[in-house]
Amino acid sequence: MWAPIMTEPVIAIRQLQGYYGESHVLHGVDLDVAAGEVITIIGRNGAGKTTTLRAIMGILENRQGSIRIQGRETIADPSERIARLGIGYVPEERGIYSSLDVMENLMLPPRLGPGGMSLDDIWQLFPNLLERRRSQGTRLSGGEQQMLAFARVLRTGANIFLLDEPTEGLAPVIVQQIGKAVEAMKAKGHTMILVEQNFRFAARLADRHYVMENGRVIDVIAKADVPSSLDKIKSYLGV
Amino acid sequence: MQDLHLPDRRSIPLLLAVLAIAIAAPFMFYPLFLTKVLCYALFASAFNLLLGSCNLLSFGHAAYFGASAYIAGHTAKAWGWPFEASILAGVATAAALGACFGYLAIRRQGIYFAMITLALAQMVYFLALQLPFTGAEDGLTSVPRGKVLGLFELDNPLTLYFTTLLIFICAIALIHRTTHSPFGQILHAIRDNEPRAISLGFEANRFKLQAFVLSAALAGLAGANKAIAFKLATLTDVHWTTSGSVILMTLLGGLGTLFGPIVGALVVVTLENYLADSGLPIQLVIGTIFILCILLFRRGIVGEAQAFLQRRRGKAD
Amino acid sequence: MPIQALLGQLLVGLINGSFYAMMSIGLAIIFGLLGITNIAQGAFYMMGAFFSWLLLREAGIGYFYALVLSPLIVGLIGAAIERTLLRRVYKLPHEYGLLLTFGILTFTQGLFIYIFQTAGRPYPVPTELAGGFNLGFMFLPKYRAWVVIASLTTCFLVWYALEKTSLGRTLRAATENPTLTRAFGINVPALMTLGFGAGVALAGAAGVLAAPIYTVSPIMGADLIIVVFAIIVIGGMGSIMGAIVTSVSLGLLEGLAKVYYPQGSNMVVFVIMIAVLLLRPAGLFGREK
Repeated sequence: MWAPIMTEPVIAIRQLQGYYGESHVLHGVDLDVAAGEVITIIGRNGAGKTTTLRAIMGILENRQGSIRIQGRETIADPSERIARLGIGYVPEERGIYSSLDVMENLMLPPRLGPGGMSLDDIWQLFPNLLERRRSQGTRLSGGEQQMLAFARVLRTGANIFLLDEPTEGLAPVIVQQIGKAVEAMKAKGHTMILVEQNFRFAARLADRHYVMENGRVIDVIAKADVPSSLDKIKSYLGV
Repeated sequence: MQDLHLPDRRSIPLLLAVLAIAIAAPFMFYPLFLTKVLCYALFASAFNLLLGSCNLLSFGHAAYFGASAYIAGHTAKAWGWPFEASILAGVATAAALGACFGYLAIRRQGIYFAMITLALAQMVYFLALQLPFTGAEDGLTSVPRGKVLGLFELDNPLTLYFTTLLIFICAIALIHRTTHSPFGQILHAIRDNEPRAISLGFEANRFKLQAFVLSAALAGLAGANKAIAFKLATLTDVHWTTSGSVILMTLLGGLGTLFGPIVGALVVVTLENYLADSGLPIQLVIGTIFILCILLFRRGIVGEAQAFLQRRRGKAD
Repeated sequence: MPIQALLGQLLVGLINGSFYAMMSIGLAIIFGLLGITNIAQGAFYMMGAFFSWLLLREAGIGYFYALVLSPLIVGLIGAAIERTLLRRVYKLPHEYGLLLTFGILTFTQGLFIYIFQTAGRPYPVPTELAGGFNLGFMFLPKYRAWVVIASLTTCFLVWYALEKTSLGRTLRAATENPTLTRAFGINVPALMTLGFGAGVALAGAAGVLAAPIYTVSPIMGADLIIVVFAIIVIGGMGSIMGAIVTSVSLGLLEGLAKVYYPQGSNMVVFVIMIAVLLLRPAGLFGREK
């Protein structure tokens, strides 16, 4: 392994094309994330946000263009090799295994790097999980499942996180708890890509916002420009 | 697994050519060998009806083929029934067996369907091994061929061949009619999207069972014809290797095509004939072709040929 | 009915049942991970028996070494087959996997018939396990007792490994959601190779255990796999423990039938399969997708 060059972004995506079977869903996405930066991808349903994360992760196998992670080209790599570069993925559907209990779900992902959270840290951050650690994974409430999905990747020592709709369908008090986790991750210097419908939640955390429409990035808005761009953002999101 | 490619008006010259070949063939090749090809071609076409139209993979079609062979052979030999009656008895047996086994097997989907049909067919094999009239390991031998319509001696190889050819053409016409009838359209609708067909008010399982019984009856027709033609019904006819052979004939020739099973049967029966004296076990060759077929040309010989012609036609247009 | 005959047949039933169990948990692991109904399991069983016979005849390597070596060789052959052949049909409908493994079964049988002919070959009971115990009410051959203990212990160890170890946890995860499991950095394709190798090695181990009881022949596995399929229709592939319990019970029932209705003993499993299909179509432990 070679050390990442400081000036190069941690994730650099150029002209990313993606396909689901016959249909062409990503049409040349360009995106950069610097080390320690938090960016969001926002846009309407079907804009290609989740697909972009799946393409970075290698889950979307039919993809072309260039995705460089820590300076390494991954466009042709299988999913497991991409993850080994130190990426923690929290999928939209949470991805809790029903054939594993909470503890087994938590311990499943292998270590990807140094500095992962200890179990004690995790119990402190999400006390509910400690109580329910012997329950079947999918018996948890939606909020608990989301905590478990976060805890699962925080333990691995990943330093890049792809978070897909982490607040979707959650009660406000849980959203707050997830927000705290994301803030803590940011404070640790982790790099994050956040796909988020809840713009109020996203605006607080992100350094920049990528706006997607029809499989393309149509605008990038820096944090400082958000207050002056609210009308534009509203029209992008169709709210 | 694949769409049904059936002859349109353009294929009429082709059909006539095939018919001419079929009529001329016994004067160039052994009629008895050709009779065998026709029996297995019918057997494979019956199997193809179920897999192509309903996407139901039966792994036990030897049960209907073999049971019918035993019954036809026994009625002809022990009870002296005429040719036509023996054949009908065989077909009726196969249809009844198909109704019972089909009723059980369609209760499960996909891979379980295949496992159930295989297991049920194994029961028929064990029965054939133990029932008093089957001759166990020796098989039912010296079945008399009798006369067609009480007039023509089937011991004449040409009479035997043309009788088999007539039965074969009628059966293929029936299969063709069935797949093109409203009944066939419903089967395709169920195959392509069962929940939707059910929501449109079709009782999917009833249609599947009907197709299963028809397929079993036609497999029985092939088995009965074979028992009379070769004066023989044996344990091989009910064994799972025969179920495997018929799957291979269909796949190799072209699943879901009208001519595929016929071509496949011709190739496999020819191979078996050549290999019989070579000392090379037939399984070795059959297994190799099976593997190659699944990995390299899943459309089969006829399917690949049709795809090739379509590509050419597409370029020409 | 003398009690000795009854107990003797029950013992045979128990032995067969434990072979069924080893075969069916192998099938269940393979189906879960690869989505392939491995009908070639019967061929791997035959290979296990054949390799131990060959090891003894060609190299003088005895039973207890063969018990480790044969399943290992079978597993390696399985892994090679997974890498070269099976991998190409994962994205096709499940039926193609069944047909491909049917081709492998047919090919392997043909190959062994070509080399060794169909005649059965005896494999001696190892001297350490020759003889038996006189229990007063019956004579218990040592080797048969050993087969039951060895195969049921193996089954239990497989269950334990899957349910209680970290490898088992990873295998269960890969079975349930292979895509996400890969996205955590777990090499699922390698696990599939391992799973297939281990699944067929179980069949190979059953073959080694069977060699001194049944004669070793190229066709010894084919009829067995059909019975195991019927057992799977009865019990389903969702639960390892369910598969073990179903297999052993059906083996015992077969043994009972041999005492009371010998003509029908080889049909007992099929008759029960029919009854289950009529009464509980999804199977006893049905979790069919």
